[in-house]
Amino acid sequence: MNVSASAIPAELLPARFAAWFAQRGWTPHPHQIAMLAAARAGRSTLLVAPTGGGKTLAGFLPSLVELAAMPETGLHTLYVSPLKALAIDIHRNLERPIREMGLNIRAETRTGDTPAAKRARQRRSPPQLLMTTPESVALMLSDAKADALFASLRCIVVDELHALVGTKRGDLLALDLARLTRLAPGARRVGLSATVADPDALAGWLGAGLASPVERIVGTGGPAPEISILVPEAHLPWSGHMGLHAIPDIYAAIRNAGTTLVFVNTRAQAELVFQALWRLNDDNLPIALHHGSLGPEQRRKVEAAMAAGRLRAVVATSSLDLGIDWGTVDLVVQVGAPKGVTRLLQRIGRSNHRLDRPSRAILVPSNRFEVLECRAAIEAIRDGELDGTPPRPGALDVLAQHILGVACAGPFRADDLYDEVRQAAPYAALSRKDFDDVLAFVANGGYALSTYDRFRRLFRAADGRWHVIGPRVARQYRLNVGTIVEAPMLAVTLRRGRRLGEIEEYFVQGLEPGDTFVFAGQVLRFERVRGTTVEVTRASGDDPKVPAYAGGRLPLTTQLARRVRNLLDARTAWRDLPGEVRQWLRLQAWRSQVPAPDGLLVETFPRRGKHFLVAYCFEGRNAHQTLGMLLTRRMERAGLRPLGFVATDYVIAVWSLRPARDIDALFDQDMLGDDLEAWMAESSMLRRTFRNVAVIAGLIERRHPGQEKTGRQVLFSSDLIYDVLRTHEPDHVLLRATRADAATGLTDVRRLSDMLARVKGRITHRRLDRVSPLAVPVLLEIGKESVQGTAIDALLDEAAQELIAEATTVPDNADQMALFEANEK
Amino acid sequence: MSTRITLNDEALLADPTGALFWPAERLLIVADLHLEKGSSFARRGQFLPPYDTRETLDRLARVIQRYRPTRIVCLGDSFHDAEAGSRLDRGDLERLRRMVGAHGWTWITGNHDPAPPAGIGGAVAPELRLGRLVLRHQPAAMEYQAGEICGHFHPKAAIAVRGQRISGACFVTDGRRMVMPAFGAFAGGLDALDPAIGALFGRGGYRVLMLGRERLHLFPRDRLLGFGAPRRASA
Repeated sequence: MNVSASAIPAELLPARFAAWFAQRGWTPHPHQIAMLAAARAGRSTLLVAPTGGGKTLAGFLPSLVELAAMPETGLHTLYVSPLKALAIDIHRNLERPIREMGLNIRAETRTGDTPAAKRARQRRSPPQLLMTTPESVALMLSDAKADALFASLRCIVVDELHALVGTKRGDLLALDLARLTRLAPGARRVGLSATVADPDALAGWLGAGLASPVERIVGTGGPAPEISILVPEAHLPWSGHMGLHAIPDIYAAIRNAGTTLVFVNTRAQAELVFQALWRLNDDNLPIALHHGSLGPEQRRKVEAAMAAGRLRAVVATSSLDLGIDWGTVDLVVQVGAPKGVTRLLQRIGRSNHRLDRPSRAILVPSNRFEVLECRAAIEAIRDGELDGTPPRPGALDVLAQHILGVACAGPFRADDLYDEVRQAAPYAALSRKDFDDVLAFVANGGYALSTYDRFRRLFRAADGRWHVIGPRVARQYRLNVGTIVEAPMLAVTLRRGRRLGEIEEYFVQGLEPGDTFVFAGQVLRFERVRGTTVEVTRASGDDPKVPAYAGGRLPLTTQLARRVRNLLDARTAWRDLPGEVRQWLRLQAWRSQVPAPDGLLVETFPRRGKHFLVAYCFEGRNAHQTLGMLLTRRMERAGLRPLGFVATDYVIAVWSLRPARDIDALFDQDMLGDDLEAWMAESSMLRRTFRNVAVIAGLIERRHPGQEKTGRQVLFSSDLIYDVLRTHEPDHVLLRATRADAATGLTDVRRLSDMLARVKGRITHRRLDRVSPLAVPVLLEIGKESVQGTAIDALLDEAAQELIAEATTVPDNADQMALFEANEK
Repeated sequence: MSTRITLNDEALLADPTGALFWPAERLLIVADLHLEKGSSFARRGQFLPPYDTRETLDRLARVIQRYRPTRIVCLGDSFHDAEAGSRLDRGDLERLRRMVGAHGWTWITGNHDPAPPAGIGGAVAPELRLGRLVLRHQPAAMEYQAGEICGHFHPKAAIAVRGQRISGACFVTDGRRMVMPAFGAFAGGLDALDPAIGALFGRGGYRVLMLGRERLHLFPRDRLLGFGAPRRASA
């Protein structure tokens, strides 16, 4: 319930502000008033509210009121957003009340795009309100005059806090908050967050190191969202993740709504759905595409068109999960399973920002299992049960970056910095040894072999303080700041030079000239790579090679998986499922059985001369991938001759030449021992993790646009470094950081071990004479997924065998082959 | 497991570590050790692990153990830069001296190391002719050189198997001439499809022997995938 502006005490909302609200026909939300009261009392606050509740204004209002009453020069409020675009948009939105109330307040933005001249001016004469990003805050703090700039700071607003906590960017920001509080002890902190599973954890994160706890303010929620599941006229597919069967229905929904946001799970899916919609688009509705691989100018164009209300629909990936309030979206369509409840709720919240009306959303499952998942997600939203990742300790690579930044700002004492760093929530439990090792790494690599003593970045002076050796170090730091390590990207351009966007280098590496793929909504033919540019031409191929982007495929969350299992078990609930799905489950109950909520159902059956084992684990794709690797290793040792495996979010299937009989032994918990360690050390996942850690910590320099062209650029294979370091100093702090990352990134390994413990002694083994209905979807995935964990030599041999087969049929090659007589000694 | 190959009618063994053994001469050839590359970067404040020399010497000791050569030829760029010798760890330096002292050792000079550090031992030569082969760091001018073995390029190759991309360092040869992979632990690579390598071979094309974990794998040129953005070897 809102309060009329005039009824609010003037010391909270001065007349000028009350009049402005009235002029616009608004009444302040109760949470906006509560924020004013908390600010007046000097308290830090966490505001949790759904999108559209005037959350950002609630965050700024106290600063505007303070500055209107007492115009101060110097930086007053720092606003930090995870998105550059959001910082810029907020700035635009804020200019309006400032202008309309005639306030004498300067608000500016500072991001990586801000020109050097403007940055210099901001240093000389800072605005009172500065909108920025975590990376820019870190850069400003590394400046020698940072203490002067921030001394006047009264308030720090962190927007979309839920998106930062628990990530490395969040770690960086937490360290910067600790530093800001040391420079400006009186500054209050304000966190703005969407609805999350564990607001206490957020409040704890925000309030770490402050004298008094953070006050929690909960925004008014609107009515419950209206969510429906779209069951298409057409047949519901057994497998697949693209949701293309439902395009006619999605198109109809777009036609009937004002503006629709169509969310998908991967960039490849975005391309396909976008193309399919345009094939049906006889009405020429303005439908656009938005994902992270498109060029920034193209994305900005789509966002601007959306803001101006010129679009009827945008097909988007998580690139639009956060961000600008459009206020015009009145329908959200989620194509493919939601995978997590919190994420779904945030996506749904992007529709209808007026609080008096419910958000409207349609879920489009792309296969039968996903129908169950969509149903489970709707129930979870109804019950208010959200999922989220638990907090984790701060990353040591981020700490290394921060320490270098601190050193660039001025000399420091190790003891003082250790104390300060522990004021940041993720580092509260940081051990002195870890801190000292990271400091040693920053100073000169921190290796046990002390040959680098001559080559320091930091040195300890006679007064006991650490100093940087020269300005070169600060330059290095500035080029390397930030925690986002992008996969190497190449620009995609049409022959005549028009730039379409960027694409992952690894995808291009698999292309042959003449191959076609879908990108930026069109079918393109790969011509060649020139420097860092991929040259393409327009093609009209029918069967393009679709970009197989690695990103965006999130595994099913534990909470949602539990609900799916319960749903399978509750037969009375089957009534509400679409007929085809109900029929499928009934058939399963008759031919085998439906997996129980506890325990584990394992089916085995012969098929085409091979023996299949299908386990209904429901622990998400990543956990299943690891399980598949461990199971096949174990089956190999048992002489079962496994041939391969394939994993979905729900199920894993393994096939072998001999049948598995002792299922309990196969799934014994001890599989997580040596096999797992051996595999982890070799896995490409750990190598990728090491690369990210090495870049963030500053061991390997980032690639910067344009640098590659010089040809003098030295690129390291981080794999070579990883191998050498692992052999010669396995306990080096960067390897410890890598393992810690892998362990938290692999909450999936944890899920696996929890599952193995849970199902011990409760495995039901059904020996079937043929495939069961529930196992059909996973078997249909075979061949679409690459098999993991195969040894390199085996694969290369296979390629060589293929080649020999080819060669023996071509007489020409035979005498060339005679040059090489294989394998002796 | 090594692979027997014939180069300009001489029988050689290619080893999966990237070394080449000539049984008739009991001669072992390794290219581009780039010792002390790590410390070369440390000078500029980039602290790569200082163990690359140790790792490279470990590998060299293992191949020496396997083939028991009487002579060893390092095909140039053995040290990453002219001051590399002064940065060698004392233990590594002693070990290298012992290795050199125990064999007939030749340092072929490269573009990174015109001469090896003083006091390390071994002979220094711009090239070495033996039987029907000639060993150099960089290939001789443009004319076709039969029997030439060189380093310098650090060739690497990539192929696709079952949708997976596998890449690794490789030997490149057409049976008459050969480019060896870099042996050094931190040596990067240049795409075997790069024109700089292609120009060394005649019209008949060339093949690569890719280094696997335990053996080499043979692929013709047209089987290779390129590496996205062509890069210079990190020389």
